[in-house]
Amino acid sequence: MSKVLIIAEHDGSCLNLSTAKTLSCALTVGAGAIDIVVLGSGCDAIAAEAAALAGVARVLTVDRAENAAPLAAVLAPQAAALAGDYQYVFGPSTTFGKDLMPRIAALLGVGQLSDIMEVLDAQTFRRPIYAGNAIVTVKAPANQTLVATVRVASYRAAEAGGSAVVESATVDAALPSHTRYVELKSGGGDRPDLQVASIVVSGGRGVGSAENFEILYSLADKLGAGVGASRAAVDAGYVPNEMQVGQTGKIIAPDLYIAFGISGAIQHLTGIKDAGTIVAINKDPEAPIFEIADIGLVADLFEVIPELDRQLGG
Amino acid sequence: MDKVMVCLKRVVDYNVRVRVKPDNSGVVTEGVKMSINPFDEIALEEALRMREQGNASEVFVVSIGSSDCQQQLRTGLAMGADRAILIETDAEIEPLAAARIFLQLIEKEQPGLVILGKQAIDDDNSQTPQMLATLWDRPQATFASKLELIDGKAIVTREVDAGLEVIEVDLPAVLSVDLRLNEPRYVKLPDIMKAKKKPFETLAIADLDVDIAPQFETVTVEAPESRQRGEMVADVAGLIGALKEKGFSL
Repeated sequence: MSKVLIIAEHDGSCLNLSTAKTLSCALTVGAGAIDIVVLGSGCDAIAAEAAALAGVARVLTVDRAENAAPLAAVLAPQAAALAGDYQYVFGPSTTFGKDLMPRIAALLGVGQLSDIMEVLDAQTFRRPIYAGNAIVTVKAPANQTLVATVRVASYRAAEAGGSAVVESATVDAALPSHTRYVELKSGGGDRPDLQVASIVVSGGRGVGSAENFEILYSLADKLGAGVGASRAAVDAGYVPNEMQVGQTGKIIAPDLYIAFGISGAIQHLTGIKDAGTIVAINKDPEAPIFEIADIGLVADLFEVIPELDRQLGG
Repeated sequence: MDKVMVCLKRVVDYNVRVRVKPDNSGVVTEGVKMSINPFDEIALEEALRMREQGNASEVFVVSIGSSDCQQQLRTGLAMGADRAILIETDAEIEPLAAARIFLQLIEKEQPGLVILGKQAIDDDNSQTPQMLATLWDRPQATFASKLELIDGKAIVTREVDAGLEVIEVDLPAVLSVDLRLNEPRYVKLPDIMKAKKKPFETLAIADLDVDIAPQFETVTVEAPESRQRGEMVADVAGLIGALKEKGFSL
């Protein structure tokens, strides 16, 4: 039977939910066994999290100091050294996976399939092209390892309830020193990550200023939501880049997306079209976002947000 | 400093609303405006700024594709690149094959830095820069939003999901650029005239010793399922009611 190796994404202390979503995709290829490898430094707790996911056979850990930061040039040779026994090597199509997986594929001398959104059979997959404006069905070659990234917005996280074996793996791979990690500047704070949050509150140019975004933050905190923004709001300097949702930002699929003052440019809609329920609040009844919203309200967001606060028991 | 190589891909212009062909064999490209992949344009702008700041001796642009790609390379020359190389082929080139082709040029040209867009807006693969760096056995700095060059090293700020990551890479290296690295310059008419006199080399793909056989087979291309317009509510109470009906308890 064929086997899948999933490269775990983590931040050094916790497993990223993208790993459980990648697992959900891997569960549909009809493989005999799915293993997860955690490349990290001091990664026992992360391995334990991975082992608790239902459907995982083994969790392999490669615990070494060089793996403290997620540098693709350092991780790829280790992943490639482990890939020999596997017919599939999957990673999430987050910036982590996009950076790393092609490097693994090139080391193995095989092509890569990016952004799997659906598995049709063991070799046939659907993926978006042209920013999701077309969906292509692709057949992968059967006689070689398939390295692929999984579009996390297309999958729900696999459930817990497993008890996989955790094994320490040693890999014989020369690691380069030409790439060095300096730092991560994070603007996110304690709010849920956009790509895994179940509710996302988002603001556009209509919010008007960085100060005005505060009312979105406080609403988001009340709902336990992540906060996103349109490209217009990012370009206007209201919020940092990593909050941008859309074709050139993050593609997300929360259960509930609430858009305040976002007109709904195509490039933004591309980023949210897999959301469960889309709510749009905009002063302009002609705003294109109403064409795809499940619930629309033509109103001033500065009146709606305080009223929402009140009615939700603020 | 060294030469900088910039790879340009000819793609359907980002303003064009892409339509799937009725026979589901691909998207309509006949009679459609084609342009340099916008991320590659940012890559070229960065290389030109390097040269203008004295950090690069020469900037050359490279493309793989049909003879139509001359247009995009000419635009690159008009933007300010010193010379252009077209690897001419009508074959479908997958990212691994593109990386193999670019590697051959690297071996011949010995650039100090290779800059590409983080992805092409047609296939959205985001693979070629990483594969090229790997085959070249050199560092990669993907999704770059800031570049500083110091003593044979590049300090690169990368746009990652968690925020901005800073890494340091030894040169030569491969840089893949994100949207916010810079704002590409506009091409002026006199520059288009000047560009016609710049060196333009065309190589047949058969002249390179590269395996370009595709590994993946396109079965069908379809339009995505579209979302439907939902209900309009009159006020906040209506909104909360509609959310409750959909099973949300806020």
